[in-house]
Amino acid sequence: MNNTLLIVLLWPLVSMVLSLLPAKEAAGKTAFALSLAGLLLSVYLFLGFVPANGMQQVMSYAWIPALGISFKIGMDGISLLLIMLTNVLTPLIILSSFGRKIENPKAFYALILLMQFAMLGVFVALDGFLFYIFWELALIPIYFICLLWGGKDRVRITLKFFIYTLTGSLLMLVSLIYLYLQTPDTHTFDIDAFYQLKLSGSQQAFVLWTMFFAFAVKIPIFPLHSWQPDTYVDAPTPGTMLLSGIMLKMGIYGLLRWLLPTVPAAVHEYGFLIMAFCVAGVVYASCIAIVQKDFKRLVAYASIAHVGLISAGVFTLNSEATEGAVFQMLSHGVNAVGLFFIADILMTRLKTRNLAELGGIVNNQKLFAIAFMIIMLGTVALPLTNGFVGEFLLLTGIYAYHKWMAFFAGLSVILGVVYMFRSYQAIMLGSRHLSDSDFSPLTISEKTVLVSVAALVVLMGIFPSVLLDTASPSVKALLSLISAQ
Amino acid sequence: MMSDVFKLKKALFGLSLLGLLIALVFSVYDWGQYASYFNQMVLTDNYAVVFTTMLIGMTFLWFLMSKDFFSSHSSASEHYALILFSLTGGVMMTNFSDLTILFLGLEILSISLYILAGSDKGNLFSNEASLKYFMIGSFATGFLLFGIALIYGATSSFNLQEISSYVQQHNGSLPTYFYAGILMILTGLTFKVSAVPFHFWAPDVYDGSPTLVTTYMLSVVKMAAFAALYRLFINSFAPVYEFWIPVFAIMSAVTMLLGNITAVYQKSLKRMLAYSSIAHAGYMLMALASPGIASKNALVFYLLAYAIATLGVFNVLYQVHKVTGREEIKSVKGLFRKNPFAAIMLTLCMLSMAGIPPVAGFFGKYYMFVSTLNGGLTWLVLIAVLSSLIGVYFYFKVIIAAFQDPELENTAYYRQPSDLTVLYVCGILSLLLGIMPQFVAGLL
Repeated sequence: MNNTLLIVLLWPLVSMVLSLLPAKEAAGKTAFALSLAGLLLSVYLFLGFVPANGMQQVMSYAWIPALGISFKIGMDGISLLLIMLTNVLTPLIILSSFGRKIENPKAFYALILLMQFAMLGVFVALDGFLFYIFWELALIPIYFICLLWGGKDRVRITLKFFIYTLTGSLLMLVSLIYLYLQTPDTHTFDIDAFYQLKLSGSQQAFVLWTMFFAFAVKIPIFPLHSWQPDTYVDAPTPGTMLLSGIMLKMGIYGLLRWLLPTVPAAVHEYGFLIMAFCVAGVVYASCIAIVQKDFKRLVAYASIAHVGLISAGVFTLNSEATEGAVFQMLSHGVNAVGLFFIADILMTRLKTRNLAELGGIVNNQKLFAIAFMIIMLGTVALPLTNGFVGEFLLLTGIYAYHKWMAFFAGLSVILGVVYMFRSYQAIMLGSRHLSDSDFSPLTISEKTVLVSVAALVVLMGIFPSVLLDTASPSVKALLSLISAQ
Repeated sequence: MMSDVFKLKKALFGLSLLGLLIALVFSVYDWGQYASYFNQMVLTDNYAVVFTTMLIGMTFLWFLMSKDFFSSHSSASEHYALILFSLTGGVMMTNFSDLTILFLGLEILSISLYILAGSDKGNLFSNEASLKYFMIGSFATGFLLFGIALIYGATSSFNLQEISSYVQQHNGSLPTYFYAGILMILTGLTFKVSAVPFHFWAPDVYDGSPTLVTTYMLSVVKMAAFAALYRLFINSFAPVYEFWIPVFAIMSAVTMLLGNITAVYQKSLKRMLAYSSIAHAGYMLMALASPGIASKNALVFYLLAYAIATLGVFNVLYQVHKVTGREEIKSVKGLFRKNPFAAIMLTLCMLSMAGIPPVAGFFGKYYMFVSTLNGGLTWLVLIAVLSSLIGVYFYFKVIIAAFQDPELENTAYYRQPSDLTVLYVCGILSLLLGIMPQFVAGLL
């Protein structure tokens, strides 16, 4: 039982190697089957998890003892939910690429699996250095995915994305080394040692701003978001799904696991300022989303708005908002994947994502219309959808922190309705009639993805307790750790 | 330590390789022993053993990729001898315990290289490189000698141990010319590692020399020079560290920034790598700005990672140059189509130079950051971070080019996979060292 987490972590790496073996045509199916196996493994992990027991499945192996670095992994409720998210979304992402013409498919799927490995590593690492290694490792596959299969301007845009993210990462490295040097002799990168550090105010401020920079770029938080719209739009759709579905959660997870408990005093001091930036980003991104004509770009800006809200919730340091943040991470992941997939379907069928040129799809494609509707309602947080649970908890927590913050954050709901309903109207409604030759029927893999995402939206909305109960004890433990210092 | 043979031209290559392997075995055998030779002028401590082993290892790898260098010249046997002579000089520089041995080693190393830099006799740039290197190098060696003389005048000894104890005893009452001597020695040695402001010779010399000689210069010579510089300062001048640490810190910062910023504008891959090596010298100077056990290990690891990556990249560069005659970054285009494995290995080497996990170069940089932060020089680390980011830009230009479509039709340069063996070895070594650095990390 103790090795399950290690197996779940290493499985994508193994599947990456295995997926390179069969012929080119079978590459996609092999990758999909292997990622499904990974999903089953993580379900097994989920069933064996006891929420009240804190950090479980901890295993530590001395990697470079001379430098205080160990290979230490473990999971609590928050990490487990993110592991589930990664392992549920990856098969869907692989499935969503079927039927599209991909050059070098073996390399493509191998990179996706490598990225899955790196992202899982971020969520389970309990050693600062290991966390950093996985954080950076996740960047390499997505860089190549965007570079080799991306859109027109991909060289410039992906390099900007890489350097921008690397700036944050290197600053985080500086802060991690700084924390390492503050631990008592002989130094160590162990997360418990970091938690026990008693740093002065100015030391904490230094660590806060250097480490936060990395997360702020990754999430992204206004004003460090300028890389995101171009990168999301130019990347191939599976790349965008990986970025918005899972990778940005790495940033929020980093805030929860590595930033808040290590420098709580600095968080108290600067939390309001940071929250102001987050909420400003929410309103700013929503307004820009409203005027977008390209649907994929619109969803990218919507993503900034949603994660701005999640980040603001993280800095309130109360349990409702933090639980809401954890849940909303999951629902945003699901919804973003759904929306980007819809954009992809539109692109492959009608060769355009421009709202002005689309319209009238609802008249022929009933399943597509219903699925799009459900996913969209999840994004605008209608009750009974997953988005509602997360946003409600988040806004409750933010309101308890500061009324006016909650007001502006709550604007995100209204503005979200504006751009989402507007785009649905522009894309689906209207009197145009598209025949089967204009809009070929959905393939089985496409239907599976749409139905799965829509089902998740509804199920998570009606039965959130399954997930919330898993996370709740861990959230409470985390918050008590922060307030104890 | 030398297998210097002047007959049997055909067997020279194999013989040299064999000789190097034997030398390697002998040097590893010296581990843990603390033996001194030649009346205490040469000291083989662990530091020296590690560096000697690395030097011989890198030269071995260089030999593997440089078969052509020897077969295409009429004076092939002289070239063998010269390379091995310079290796000897380098080994002397890492084992020295007496300033005269340092000077001897430096000169043996340098003079061999002056000749090798100009070995492409018909090429004007090669002649220019050789002349520049010789003139400026001799000038710098003059500084070194002047500095040694001043140190001798102040401490009445050439021996590192005796100088160290003298400085320890008389700290605070040392004559001014002692400090002048330190600065002069610093000038002479930092010239060799191409640190700012003594780097002006480097781009032209590295660019003008034959590609394989440049490879040797960038990997082995830099290693030897840094080993010598560090050894001298940490053994003899340690008590007066407040004097020379700020000098090294500022030199390091300026070198990193200047090297990286100028490399951005280069279109020629060879020149870009020359400037990038100046930048790497800047990172390595960080070890001198924060001396201690951590920085010793950091220097060893960084030099190893850097030398391996350099050998790998130059293997590709040489092969490209051999067939197309061009050395621009653009000429690497199409590598992925012809030889995907080579492209991936090249990517690993470039990632190592840029300092991205999980390859060796990242670990070297990380180790440097730790030792510098431990020394309290946070500002230097932040400048290093900034320079690394600038560096990513041009290292990635190479990676991007490798994955793009070829420009020319005649991209037959990767015809024989064996031409790129060293690249494969270096790529795999970089990855292995990055994942399992513990074998080299805590040696000293």
